[in-house]
Amino acid sequence: MTRVLIVGSGPAGIRAAETLAAAGLRPVVVDEGARAGGQIYRRPPAGFTRPAEKLYGSEASKARALHDVFDRLVAAGQVSHLPNRSVIALRDGVAHVLGDTLEKIRYDRLVLATGATDRLAPVPGWEVGGVYSLGAAQIALKAQGVALGRKIVLAGSGPLLTLLATQLMAAGAEVAAVLDTAPIRTQLRGGLHMALARPLVTLRGLRMRAALGRRYHAGVTLDRIDSDESGPTALLWRDARGEARRTACDTVALGWHLRADGMLADLAGARFDWSPAFAQWLPRADPLGRAGDGVYLAGDGLRILGADGAELAGRAAAIACLQDLGLPSPDPATVLRRLRRMQRFAEAMACAFPWPVEHIRHLPDAAVVCRCEGISAGDLRATLPVSGPEANRVKSMARVGMGRCQGRYCQLAGAEIVAAASGTAPAQVGRLRAQPPARPAPIGSLLAAGDREAE
Amino acid sequence: MSAGRLVRLAETARAPVGFTFDGEALTGLEGDTVLTAILLSRRALRDAEFGPEARAGFCLMGACQDCWVWQEDGPRLRACSTPLTEGMRLRSAATADWPGVPA
Repeated sequence: MTRVLIVGSGPAGIRAAETLAAAGLRPVVVDEGARAGGQIYRRPPAGFTRPAEKLYGSEASKARALHDVFDRLVAAGQVSHLPNRSVIALRDGVAHVLGDTLEKIRYDRLVLATGATDRLAPVPGWEVGGVYSLGAAQIALKAQGVALGRKIVLAGSGPLLTLLATQLMAAGAEVAAVLDTAPIRTQLRGGLHMALARPLVTLRGLRMRAALGRRYHAGVTLDRIDSDESGPTALLWRDARGEARRTACDTVALGWHLRADGMLADLAGARFDWSPAFAQWLPRADPLGRAGDGVYLAGDGLRILGADGAELAGRAAAIACLQDLGLPSPDPATVLRRLRRMQRFAEAMACAFPWPVEHIRHLPDAAVVCRCEGISAGDLRATLPVSGPEANRVKSMARVGMGRCQGRYCQLAGAEIVAAASGTAPAQVGRLRAQPPARPAPIGSLLAAGDREAE
Repeated sequence: MSAGRLVRLAETARAPVGFTFDGEALTGLEGDTVLTAILLSRRALRDAEFGPEARAGFCLMGACQDCWVWQEDGPRLRACSTPLTEGMRLRSAATADWPGVPA
């Protein structure tokens, strides 16, 4: 039987597995989580008792459906599930999979549903403990039932900002302010097109926003995070009229929508293009997700369409895989039509909640850009006369992108700073080449690596 | 040290799990990650290697590698994605006899 390896068991990976299993294949699904669901539909550990309605709100039925489908496939032996494992390298049809030990899994076809991380822009002072990504605050609430602090400021832009504020407040956390860098005018322009593509989803977002009341501010400029030895003490910002404001807090969560995690796609040979709409590099693939010979991409790691779009993209990638294998496959017309609607919505959303280019370009020299190694915007700018404005050379010489996060949280902002200082654009600065291992791996695991065939 | 960074909002009816952090006995709950358990009693997980500040995790999804802590018996672990287990002996820094640690 053809060995299909799926990486990721979020909405895209689960729907891909379901579609492949329905065609009689028995895919192997590797995932970093202990339980399938991905980040958006992440499940708490066994023994937690909050119902899906509490964890996922209006999306509870979708979450439950996905979890049930996957659990049934695993129980029936139609899918082989390898949780708590990271794919750290891909080469010649072999995935190097790190769990307690390093396993080598051979595959004939590869479906990558690796998702996204928060997209971060530096804010001066963000390197202190007690500053988190917005996604982190949501994971803490959903999967652990905790708030990351006693008085939380949420800042950045994108759909998660409002959603998370609502969820935290409903759970009893104190949200001191919700600071959106997107000006009202871009929100109105993008919001109109969002409403045309997905009126109900847009309306739900507006209702949530309204419930935030005076906590919410649009069009803000984030100046800095003040802190003492125990963590953040205040976020200093300017409102849309330019007036200086200060919000006391002990925790800050930041994020500007999502950044597709393309590291494994890169290692699998995908090409990348700069997306002006999403202000980041996205892998190149056909409408169903074909990105190379036997390589299929799905979900937010391919196109940032959110959870509903990821379910569709998972089905699409599996259909492409079945087509290429000459196996009977569902008609993709409906899936493709729905994906196009998701794409229109996502592009409108990207326009409504833009990446804060001007903020990043004007970061003071003292601002840390690379949190891993404490490298400042000034360090980065000072490297340019020697390195030139090319991302990989800048990484070699300034080490922005060289640290443990492997550029996931500094690459886009770094490119923006390099572009501004060099009179060019991030697309010309280029993209960091992915380097295995895609996650840190102990030397001992590499030495003791065994072999395992994907069935 | 005073109160921890995190606040429990739900799921409090779970069995306690004992562990140590920098030699002090602490208690978490079954199902806590190492990060959750430590930060309910402490403000931070470790000191930054490249700056004066403390660190307390960042992404909580295993992508940023900010939350690595030490175990007394050697290997480090990623606190956000490692479940707490009874008797864990954790540290914010390497032990003094670790190779390469300045005396």
